[in-house]
Parts: sequence; structure tokens; C-alpha cells
Amino acid sequence: MAHEIIAATNAVVVLDVALPGIVWGWIITMNMWAKSIGTGIIFVAFYLLKKYPEQTGFIRLPSVVISIVFIHLFLFFTVIDLHQMFRFWHIFFHPHMTSMITIGAWLATGFVGIILGMAYFLYMKKDEAMYDKLLGYGVVLAVPVTLYTAGLMAQSTARELWQMPTESIQMMLAAFLAGSATMILVGGNKFSDPIKKDLGLILGFSALTAFLMYMTELIFGPMKAEEVIATLEFIKGGEYTFMFWLGQIVAFLIPMALVCKSIKDKSYYLLKIAAVSALIGLWITKHVWLVIPQLLNMS
Amino acid sequence: MQLGFLVDLRLCMGCKGCEIACKVENEVPLSTWRLRVKYVDVGSFPETKRTFTPLRCNHCANAPCERICPVSALHYIENGIVNIDKERCIGCAGCVMACPYGAIYIDPQTQTADKCTYCAHRIASAMMPSCVVACPVEANIFGDLDDPMSNISKYIQEHQGNVQVRKPEKGTDPHHYYVGGGNVTLNPLASFRAEGHSLFNNLTHLPVGGHH
Ligand code: SF4
Ligand code: SF4
Repeated sequence: MAHEIIAATNAVVVLDVALPGIVWGWIITMNMWAKSIGTGIIFVAFYLLKKYPEQTGFIRLPSVVISIVFIHLFLFFTVIDLHQMFRFWHIFFHPHMTSMITIGAWLATGFVGIILGMAYFLYMKKDEAMYDKLLGYGVVLAVPVTLYTAGLMAQSTARELWQMPTESIQMMLAAFLAGSATMILVGGNKFSDPIKKDLGLILGFSALTAFLMYMTELIFGPMKAEEVIATLEFIKGGEYTFMFWLGQIVAFLIPMALVCKSIKDKSYYLLKIAAVSALIGLWITKHVWLVIPQLLNMS
Repeated sequence: MQLGFLVDLRLCMGCKGCEIACKVENEVPLSTWRLRVKYVDVGSFPETKRTFTPLRCNHCANAPCERICPVSALHYIENGIVNIDKERCIGCAGCVMACPYGAIYIDPQTQTADKCTYCAHRIASAMMPSCVVACPVEANIFGDLDDPMSNISKYIQEHQGNVQVRKPEKGTDPHHYYVGGGNVTLNPLASFRAEGHSLFNNLTHLPVGGHH
């Protein structure tokens, strides 16, 4: 539609201020990527410990350690992205509860408390029952911690591309993708064939669903709003086209193909390559989707 | 009281007096703006015309910037102005992502968000915003929208049918109106915008400030 208007009016901006640069850049991509691993590993650990309690006891420690490391990476990137990072405490002492940034900060703090508790009871007290109990609460809290970034994107009213509930589903899929990929890498060859198959299926179906959602956005998004048309032009022949497709291939298509082959051939090696590919591709995919709406001139 | 702005685009001649007055009054740093006048050329030679559009914060009644701010640095004051407390701002840039009008910037000196405040400090001393004072053709009309006898209310009544706001579909309910506006002046997607050298200046990306 914008094209038709421009063709009709022949209107050209001849004097204006410079366009703003990218405000949320790679640091926020790191934030989302690390969070997907930090909460995703908790979802997958919960599933495995419930379904295969006898065979998966050894994942308790690595799962909670990975979650602690990546959630703290997520918090680290959140804080260093602030232009006034030493005022971070304002979120807790002057909270504005309509903001998803505030809600997310509070939820993430609660989640950190739970995973630290899990580590404490497992490592210091050797109390697996308490660990498993806390894991249940951790899963419940991991859901909103995963979702709040989607809420924040929805609150970014200027960026028409990011809509609810699409973004929330993409966030959950990213967590399942990253969680299963990380678990595949953590488990080494210690998992039995049915567990490997389950992890492969979680990875493969998350990749398939996320890929389909991106494709439907690409096709149907432009039917909704003029701004979406203009935004998607950056990946339809525009400067982020290569990066977008690279992300789709590495995050979703290669893992899907490798998961199918690994299940057919019972090859855990292929599953590991699929996991690495998914983790790399997820970063690229998230980055493109984060950046392209910011390239649009708002005024 | 609900303060609001109206710009009669038929009067504006693009002198940029308002832009400069705002820069001076609010000490707006280089590479950033609270108010600027955008020039758009329309048509093909010799049937061409140049349009001028002053653009500033709309002080929306349903402001996404206020909603997304985690620390209430952006907040309403009793006269309807969306004000900013720079001491409280943590520089998360959520407001920059939320404002559909690109009205907020990160001040490269203070590393906090900033935007037009309708010169809230001058209003507190019963003075008009500096851009209103500077405009030689009185294209900027400012006043209380709740008072039917104010200049702005009368202007809106007199020009019913020709009063517009930017991006009404966003549901932000702006308190900033235009008379004589149209798609080219108010919709940024309705004009072609080249990166690089243009008639007067370089339209290039500038760093937003800080570490990006
Ligand atoms: S124009 Fe933008 S900065 Fe101003 S009140 Fe509305 S959303 Fe906030
Ligand atoms: S940058 Fe400052 S004013 Fe803007 S949302 Fe963040 S804390 Fe609020």
C-alpha cells in the first residue's frame, strides 16, 4: 500500500533529522537467547524426570547449573543494555506494574530464587525430593519468565510486527528448542534410545512449528498492516534477507532434517549436530526479528 | 485541565523557528531533537509543492511510553502532559520502542530518555512553550482542550472536518492535532525516504547513544 501512495503522490522527504539507529541490538538478542536456554532446560528436565525417573537422575545437577548460568547471563545482558545500568535497582524501589519490564524483573528474581534453592538442596543437602518439589514450582514460574519478553514486545506499540499471541508462542517454542538442544548436548551418550527419540521429537516439532509460524507471518503478515509490509521488505529482498533465511535454515530446517535422519538411523551423533545447529540458528533468527522493525521510520 | 497542541499546516512555512527555539530552551544535544520540521516534496516538476510538518510528542491520553516505563520515569502530570523524570529513568529504551511516533530519544549526554514536555517548566511559570512564542505565523496553537473558550478549542470547532491526528489507528488518543494535514504530511510511510545525501543534509543512521 505504501508503494501505491508514494507512486501516486511522488512524495520525497528532502529535509529531516537522521533516522535513529538500532536501539535494542545484539545485547537484547543475547538476553532472549540465554533466557530460552535457562528456562528451556528446566522444562525439559521436568519432563524427563517425570517420564524416565530411573534413567535420568544424573541430569538434576547439570540442568540446574545450566539454568543458573544462563539465567544469570540473561540478567547480565539485561542490565548492561540499560543506558543507566547502576540505576537498575529503581525497578524494585519505584516499580511501575503496567510495564512488562517490571513484571519480568520480579518474575526472573523469583525464578532465580527457586533454581538457587534447587541447587542448594541437591548439592548441599543431597535432598532430591526437595529438588523435585522445587522443580515443579520452577516450571510454573519458568512459563511467565519465558513469556514476559513477548509481552514486552507486544507493549512496544510502535513495532507492528510483534504481536500477541504469536510472540508468546514463539518464545515458548524457542525455550523448548533451546532446552531440548542443550539437554541433548548435556546427556552425552548416557540416554537410552527412547529418551534420545523423545528429545529429538521435542527439538524437531519445536523447529517445525516455529518455522511454520515465521512462514505464515511472512505470507499473511502483510495483509494486516501497512507497517508490517514495510518491515517485512527488509527480509524480502532487503538488507536482512540473507540473515533471515540463514537463521531459518540453521535453526529449523537443518535440525528437522537431522532429527528425522537420526531417529531413522538411531544416530545420536546427528542429533548433537542438530542441537548445535538449532542453538546457533535460534540466535540469528531472534536477532533478525528483533532488528527489522527498528529500521522503519516512525515519523 | 488537558493541555494540547494544534499545528495549522496551511500556515507553517518551514522556517524552523520552533525547532531552534526548542533546542535552545531545552538544551537538546546535537543529533537529537524534541521537535523538528520535516520537509516533504510532492509531485513531479513543474507540478510540485513542498510541505512542512512540525513533529513532536503528542502527549497521548493512552500513552504506550508511559505504560511500558518500568519505573514511572514517564508519567502524567495533572494538566495532561506526559512528563519525564530523568533522574529516575534507567535508560532501558522501552519507551523508544513503544512510541509509535518516534518522539523519544536517548539523550547522549545524560544517557536517559528525553522528549518534548510541552515545556512543562515554562507552563509552571505561566509561560507559553518556547516553540509557540517563536512561530512567526502563529501556526502553533496551544491551550486547554477542556476549556471550550480556549484558542485551541475554538480552532478545533472552527475547522471541524479538517482536523487530524497522527496514526489514529494506534489508539493512543493524541492531544496534538493538525489542521490541513494529509497522508503525505502525517504518514511516514507515504513518502519515499532515501538514505544518504539529499537536498540539504545527509540522512544517515546515527548511533542512539551509549554502547550500541
Ligand atoms: S507521542 Fe510518543 S512519547 Fe509522546 S506521549 Fe505519545 S507515545 Fe509517549
Ligand atoms: S528509557 Fe527511561 S523513560 Fe524510557 S521506559 Fe526506560 S526507564 Fe522509562
